[in-house]
Amino acid sequence: MVVAERKPIQEIMAMVAEYNKILLVGCKGCVTVCCAGGTKEVGILASTLRIARKKEGKPLEIIERTLERQCDPEYIEQVSDVIEKDGVEAILSMACSVGPQYMAKRYNIPVYPALNTKFIGGALEHGVWAEFCQACGNCIIHYFGGICPIARCSKSLFNGPCGGSAKGKCEVSSEIDCAWQLIYDRMKALGKLDELTKVFPVKDWSTSRDGGPRKVVREDMKL
Amino acid sequence: MEFPNWKKEPSDEPLIVAFCCMYCAYAAADAAGSMRLTYPANVHVILVPCSGRVDELFILQAFENGADGVYVAGCEEGSCHFVNGNLRAKKRVGAVKKLLSEIGLEPERVEMFHISASQGGLFAKVARDMTERIRSLGIIGWNKS
Repeated sequence: MVVAERKPIQEIMAMVAEYNKILLVGCKGCVTVCCAGGTKEVGILASTLRIARKKEGKPLEIIERTLERQCDPEYIEQVSDVIEKDGVEAILSMACSVGPQYMAKRYNIPVYPALNTKFIGGALEHGVWAEFCQACGNCIIHYFGGICPIARCSKSLFNGPCGGSAKGKCEVSSEIDCAWQLIYDRMKALGKLDELTKVFPVKDWSTSRDGGPRKVVREDMKL
Repeated sequence: MEFPNWKKEPSDEPLIVAFCCMYCAYAAADAAGSMRLTYPANVHVILVPCSGRVDELFILQAFENGADGVYVAGCEEGSCHFVNGNLRAKKRVGAVKKLLSEIGLEPERVEMFHISASQGGLFAKVARDMTERIRSLGIIGWNKS
């Protein structure tokens, strides 16, 4: 899933400083799973902002909503009644970065992102998420024992490890596992070590962001 | 969370909310009563089945609605009736401390205490100490309206 985390409160306060009434809208998708922008987090941020603005003597009215997702226009439409009739001056979106963009496209009032979208990843344990994918557009993890050398190796090496691998850790940080140690161990367990002796060729990066913003089309799904 | 009575009676006394777990801290409050110990009327006790029931939002809403200080009182570490609810509560109190300091409020206004059921004296002491702490930090004031 997409993993995000809330921006610092002071940064969010600066975003909404000039407004008296905003819509704070969360998302029940990825950001709920990574505890960044779900219903609970919307409640906590709203309460924090109200306290902070009361302290400044400039109360902020916040309408709280959480949508199923903010990456489908049909869900974005569900807050149109609030925005068109309730005098909301700005939208503070607690979805991943896609959400505020959809909001901005639909509604003619300023939209602000309450989160920083970090990466595509998954949970390591309750409360800890790590990066596992860089959306390169052409998945090759099966050549590497199911481990992505692009996302998990700091240098995105295809023919690692580098000289900085030590005791299974990356030279960038002792908190980062050396992906190539993981790949080696896994390929050894699979009995496929000899495959690592082959030189993996240079990747065609045109399927990645390097080729420009991407689109996926399913003709059979179009109405 | 609504505390309508607070708004009707403005006062110079600090207003403190204490979330107390049923199995330990609330029982300690009962014990304090049996022992005829007194504690300041500033402390308003809210019973929860476990301190782990307390969400960060409850604490923030207490401040939003007029509290000058909040504490969560759970079982001693290792003795939680629900195994680790008190440890979760402790972490959540830590998260609220961080939020308060980010908005310019003193993190000392919120605290986690561990009180076992027999410790009536400790319950009263915590109530007195927290009241004095908040008194010296000062009444928030602007959250009363």
